[in-house]
Amino acid sequence: MGRRSFLGLGAALTGSLALGAQPATADPAQESPPADAPWSQSIGPGVVDRPYGRPADTEASVIRRNVPWLTAGTESSVSFSPLQELQGIITPNGLFFERHHAGWPSIDPAQHKLMIHGLVERPLLLTMKDILRFPQTTRVHFIECPANGGMNWRAAQMNSLQFSHGMVSCAEWTGVRLSTLLEEVGIKKEAKWAMVEGADGAHMNRSLPLDKCLDDCLVVYAQNGEALRPEQGYPLRLVVPGWEGNVNIKWLRRIKLGEKPWHTREETSKYTDLMPDGTSRGFTWLMDAKSVVTFPCPEKPLDKPGLYEIRGLAWTGNGKVRRVDVSTDGGVNWQAARLHEPILSKALTKFTLPWRWDGQPALVASRVVDETGYVQPTIAQLRAQRGSNSIYHNNSIQTWQVKPDGSVFNVQLA
Amino acid sequence: MFSSRKIGLLLAASLAAACARASAAEPGHFGYGSVATPAQIAGWDIDARGEDGTGLPPGKGTVDRGADVYAEQCAACHGTFGEGESRFPKLVGGVGSLRDERPEPTVGSYWPFAPTLWDYINRAMPMPAPHTLSADDVYALTAYILSLNDLVPNEFVADRNSLPKVKMRNRDNFIWTDPRPDTAAAPCMNACVSAADVRIASTAEGRDLTPRTTGPLDTMQPK
Ligand code: HEC
Repeated sequence: MGRRSFLGLGAALTGSLALGAQPATADPAQESPPADAPWSQSIGPGVVDRPYGRPADTEASVIRRNVPWLTAGTESSVSFSPLQELQGIITPNGLFFERHHAGWPSIDPAQHKLMIHGLVERPLLLTMKDILRFPQTTRVHFIECPANGGMNWRAAQMNSLQFSHGMVSCAEWTGVRLSTLLEEVGIKKEAKWAMVEGADGAHMNRSLPLDKCLDDCLVVYAQNGEALRPEQGYPLRLVVPGWEGNVNIKWLRRIKLGEKPWHTREETSKYTDLMPDGTSRGFTWLMDAKSVVTFPCPEKPLDKPGLYEIRGLAWTGNGKVRRVDVSTDGGVNWQAARLHEPILSKALTKFTLPWRWDGQPALVASRVVDETGYVQPTIAQLRAQRGSNSIYHNNSIQTWQVKPDGSVFNVQLA
Repeated sequence: MFSSRKIGLLLAASLAAACARASAAEPGHFGYGSVATPAQIAGWDIDARGEDGTGLPPGKGTVDRGADVYAEQCAACHGTFGEGESRFPKLVGGVGSLRDERPEPTVGSYWPFAPTLWDYINRAMPMPAPHTLSADDVYALTAYILSLNDLVPNEFVADRNSLPKVKMRNRDNFIWTDPRPDTAAAPCMNACVSAADVRIASTAEGRDLTPRTTGPLDTMQPK
């Protein structure tokens, strides 16, 4: 009787505790195939053990996280997506970053209604059932909070990919084009703006130019093929492709057309960009092109010298990513990375570049060029224009410092 | 028998018809939902426009009345005089600070329009019970917060006519057309900077600001 079958027998006799026990001395026969791990010599839970699935227990660290010292409470706050653990362009629904202004409401979809009124021919009140009957559109888009990277405006502060870039996520959205709904109510000639409002406690509202509404906005009820998550606006939200997160009103309950913008608190006191001369920019909706290396990063250091694949994500509110360049020497030299299909408009795009790390200090960074020719700026270029008090729209190049021991730090270059 | 060409033509014709129908969609084309009645609209229509106060409801409120409601419903978070408890927002101060190293944007120093204050308090405050105040009380709170900021005299009465006329300090300092792109760079590939000039200006290493990213959620408060 070989050692392997002996252990198997022992396990069968003494139960699950013995299954987990390691043999005292490493037996080469144990370590190479066909040695079986305990999970290969037992039977697992059956179907519907988890009627709605969830990740493996060993993935428990892969969660949205917040910065407790950043806000007074968690109700008007933000959580960050664990980009360091995500391998694709789609953010799993449970990991999509959150930004609420009054927590997330528990809405009964049977009672939720959308009102469209103002400068329209035929004001309407639509139930969820009504909205589901309209012709469907499905598209993949990123949503990014304009404060993403805000904590690094002044200096490199957050030593983490999750906390420096995790306020961006990307999903496949399904719903009806906003233009379809607006045609259904009939737009009056004088209408130039729309006010969109949520059913949360903040009654969060923003003004949008009518042209954008008619161009590519979606009123969606599904995210990655299933109903929206409550944190993402269940049962109904607006998606405003390529524009700052807060205009993508969640728990959408009202759209009013008017001649002028509303200048709501969320577009005057907040979400305006303070310049060094004391003036502020308002209605800065567009999310400019941005990219970030997701491996290596502070959470995912290097092991020993050798061949690696630098990986990252790029996106732009202007449309498609045209090119991403990667530097490992602090921006002295750059190399074009490989873009991975699908390259979708206003969606996260994945890039990779093979890299042989020689164990020397390195400064790893990526730079995106979008289809309009816009080039992702350095933080120094942004500060030269905007100072460091504008909080929002920091889309600068991110540099990761790799030390000889493989550890990785968030740094900013002069 | 149809030839394949004929089938193609038929398909094209019916597609064209379908497209024409879709693009010429008249209001009510789908006919889903119900036409909103004036009473329904009145119930839902809560917004007031910042610049000119369009949408502000009837009613009014004094600074004194505002002080009472404020003490009861707002002071716990925003401080008795708007100074802000712990990390809750300040509602006063920061006047003249917008060009400073550490600017303090508040109602007094930053907000461009007074009706926006009515609209925001009405829709979002008090934080634990939003949109539960009467229009009069919201007017009174608006008057009180404006007076804390020395924007109106103590005898000020806020209503739909007086609020749009309040001159806010920062009103003319907003640029409402986005000037971006405000950076331009040619994507240089080789010898873009001299290697000797590459210098780390700041690092997050050693700063005690980053919550942990493994294990359970962090509760860190930096010193
Ligand atoms: C439980 C704490 C709490 C109470 C009570 C409260 N607020 Fe607030 N208030 C907040 C928080 C938190 C914010 C920031 C919300 C955000 O940014 O999404 C805020 C924001 C505000 C702002 C906007 C500040 C700015 O500069 O943008 C005003 C004005 C305001 N509150 C007025 C009031 C008034 C008036 C009351 C009483 C009727 C009140 N608040 C009661 C917590 C509170």
